Amino acid sequence: MTEPILRVENLTKTYGDLEVLKGVSFDVYPGEKKVFIGPSGTGKSTLLRCINLLTEPDGGSVYLNGEEVTNSGRKINDYRQKMGMVFQNFNLFDHLTAVRNVELALLKVKKMGKKEAREKALFELERVGMLDWADHYPAQLSGGQAQRVSIARALAMDPEVMLFDEPTSALDPELKREVMEVMRKLAAQGMTCLVVTHEMKFATSFASEILLMEKGEIIERGKPEDIPTSPSFERMRAFMGAYTEE
Amino acid sequence: MVDISALTNSAGYLLEGVLVTLLLVALSLFIGFVCGIVLTLGQVYGPKVIKKLVGIYVWFFRGLPNIVLLFLFYFALFPFMGLDLPAFFVAVTVLGMRSAAYQSQIFRGAIESIASGQMLAARSLGMTKWQAIRSIILPQTLRLSLPGWSNEYPVLLTDSSVAYVIGVAELLTRTAQVISRTGEPMLLYLSCALMFILLNYGGMMLIQLIEKKTHIPGLGPEGGEA
Amino acid sequence: MDIVQYLIDQIPFWTDILLPALVDGLWVTLQLVALTAPFGFLLGFLIAVCRVYGPKPVRALAKLYVIFFRGCPLLVLLFLLYFGLPSIGIVLGSYLSALFGFILCNSAYNSEYLRGGLQSIKGGQMLAARSLGMTKIQAIIHVVIPQAFRRALPGVSNEFIYLIKYSSLAYVVTVIEMTGAAKIIATKYFAYFEAFAAVGIFYLILVSFATIALNKLEKKLAIPGVSGAKQE
Repeated sequence: MTEPILRVENLTKTYGDLEVLKGVSFDVYPGEKKVFIGPSGTGKSTLLRCINLLTEPDGGSVYLNGEEVTNSGRKINDYRQKMGMVFQNFNLFDHLTAVRNVELALLKVKKMGKKEAREKALFELERVGMLDWADHYPAQLSGGQAQRVSIARALAMDPEVMLFDEPTSALDPELKREVMEVMRKLAAQGMTCLVVTHEMKFATSFASEILLMEKGEIIERGKPEDIPTSPSFERMRAFMGAYTEE
Repeated sequence: MVDISALTNSAGYLLEGVLVTLLLVALSLFIGFVCGIVLTLGQVYGPKVIKKLVGIYVWFFRGLPNIVLLFLFYFALFPFMGLDLPAFFVAVTVLGMRSAAYQSQIFRGAIESIASGQMLAARSLGMTKWQAIRSIILPQTLRLSLPGWSNEYPVLLTDSSVAYVIGVAELLTRTAQVISRTGEPMLLYLSCALMFILLNYGGMMLIQLIEKKTHIPGLGPEGGEA
Repeated sequence: MDIVQYLIDQIPFWTDILLPALVDGLWVTLQLVALTAPFGFLLGFLIAVCRVYGPKPVRALAKLYVIFFRGCPLLVLLFLLYFGLPSIGIVLGSYLSALFGFILCNSAYNSEYLRGGLQSIKGGQMLAARSLGMTKIQAIIHVVIPQAFRRALPGVSNEFIYLIKYSSLAYVVTVIEMTGAAKIIATKYFAYFEAFAAVGIFYLILVSFATIALNKLEKKLAIPGVSGAKQE
């Protein structure tokens, strides 16, 4: 069997008295789509941020292609490029147009030439269907458009894994769809994805594995097609049922 | 060595200077407040000519340095009109008129942030325009202007020291006088600076206290547009 | 008519005495402003960075700096520098006293606008920059500062207008800038009205010109969603 692209081992994180992560472990193989679900405040977003060390975990390790990401010192900036991140609130750079949002890190981090960076940025914008909006500022974009640009920005670094932190939570229903379509397209191209979401329908159709988190732990995990029938997914069914009814 | 007695011996004289400074500031704030409201009403509700005139007034008083205004009124304009006014009076007039220019812009911003629906609602109840201004618009305007005042007070306080140039016996002038008698410029100017800083932040705290006491739920810089 | 004759008689006084003196003074005023503005901005930026990103003791010191130089009237500060410092062996002279006084005052006020600008940048901007592999310094330079500057710009340009006006205080520590030049002519020729009216016009032109130029600059640098005007 192939090596895992990403290995998460026993990650822990505490804020004050609150144990947000209580030793979370899993492996991610190339092309896998892992979707994390669970009640709010159970550490799903913290987990994603601990993987690329935007939040420093208290314990445990993360390996990317067998190399340790945790405790990597200055090399962390290299690893982060290989793990593209998409945020709930897009976090586009407000002072830059869409295309300059995408090319900034190409110029400053990858030290690409201007022309090459512009070409790459435009290519990524086209990939998410935002080429026509290249010269617009974030304030001039709808939420769905902004999120697509932020996906293009992450893709431009040629990541090996994409981390999506509730990418559609801040969007109106009709705008969610355009973002999900982009994600599906990426998945079809074989991109490895880790997604935190509250969209149950999307989760079941998108995931290769769904992981239910509660109180800082993964309590159930399995293939979406097994969830409706298998007896070991009771809580998952209860949670998904409650969510879909809303 | 620093001779503290230079300060202690003149403490009474200097504290009187503090009172003169505070009086200067209080009177200027008051004049600026009254004239500022008149200017604002003229600029927002007045006919075109008045709007223009207020615009010129504001441009004039905001465009000139304090010191030039003081010289202009003390040495030129008032004597030219045949008026021989005491320096304190001139300083209060100039600082007050200048503050009116600034305060009018604070009020204007506040009035403009009060939705036009307020005026419509008042008129729909049968109020005259003036009644609506007096009992609906102005109270809200004044409340909304309080944060702006917490800028105006320190500005006036620090600017009041410029009255030194026409010889008003406020804190700085008296400090300079004491120094010319006893020396110790470092000690005395530093004390003067600290006194101003104390008055500055003491006054600000007072304004913030008033702001809290007169707080109206929903009416604030954010709530104003609702 | 007498008044016409009077005005004609006045022309040489204006062209030969008053205006040349004011123009000389104008150069000094412009010099003071031109030297103060960049240093006042840079120092203000440094103070703002100390207050936002510095460790606790540095923050406290920077705050003290702001409290002192904003609370102390500029005129008192100038007297401290010009008359006070020599008594402890530091003699700056009139020009440097004025310049240092202006820079200290200008930087304290600018630091407040810049601090507001830095603090108004949401944490997500930094997170996003770091997630792309930027170092903290790169993120501050390319993401935080460009936005913070734009948000601080209206305040900073206001401060520049104030600077033009309060540069007149240099006269009190015997720097012969515009106001000083006017006062000298006024006293010497007993021409108070003419001198102060003329210098007033100079200031109005200077201030109006600067206001227009700064508005243009603000417009040119404006970006939808990133401005100093109240957003959201």
